[in-house]
Amino acid sequence: MGQTKKRPVFLNLLQIRLPVTGVVSILHRVSGVVLALCVPLLIYLFDLSTRSPAAFARALELLGHPLIKLLATLALWMLGYHALNGVRVLLIDIDVGVQKLAARRSAWMVHIGAALILLLAIAVIWL
Amino acid sequence: MSGGLGGFRPWFLQRVSAVYLLAYLIFFLAQLLICPIADYARWKAWLSAPVIWMATGLFFLALFMHMWVGLRDVILDYVHPVALRVVLLTGLGAVLAALTLWVFRALVAVV
Repeated sequence: MGQTKKRPVFLNLLQIRLPVTGVVSILHRVSGVVLALCVPLLIYLFDLSTRSPAAFARALELLGHPLIKLLATLALWMLGYHALNGVRVLLIDIDVGVQKLAARRSAWMVHIGAALILLLAIAVIWL
Repeated sequence: MSGGLGGFRPWFLQRVSAVYLLAYLIFFLAQLLICPIADYARWKAWLSAPVIWMATGLFFLALFMHMWVGLRDVILDYVHPVALRVVLLTGLGAVLAALTLWVFRALVAVV
């Protein structure tokens, strides 16, 4: 596979108009990448939690830090989005919700469900 | 790049790992709601049960497989120069392998 001539690229996000299913699809990918970036921190906290009572306490202390709480809120939101669309995609894999209208409806449900999960995450983490 | 990248296997791995990840997350959430883990002793007691630490280890293995397929797709879609692809994919593999060892160490500490 060699380098062929450059193909035109259009990335003006303000002008690109995707149907809701397209938006959900790209956000699924974006949320996945964001989550992947959070995984090392998750492993670090998990490691701390099992080492010793002192390390466990340190992990809890870290989880109370406002910046970490902010990251956790973002991560839970991304997880909610990624998992909800993941379920939607798995259902489409077994031919459930493949028709255009059904797919658009389920895409909206993913948006709304993820927003609810964000609110829940904020309530649990900050209140 | 040649046909060695495959189509069905990563797709299937991604789906199977996704189902397990979801199942474990729901289970873990339910566990936290029923019995919040507030201290090291309770955490250690819960994790030491063989079914639990095995399921948890599997969770991380499934997570890394899922991450591998997903991030590999992103790299293949957006990175076209072959040499850069090789570097990034190798780097990804190395990081995931290191994370696997890290999780293994963390589990061994409590089991």
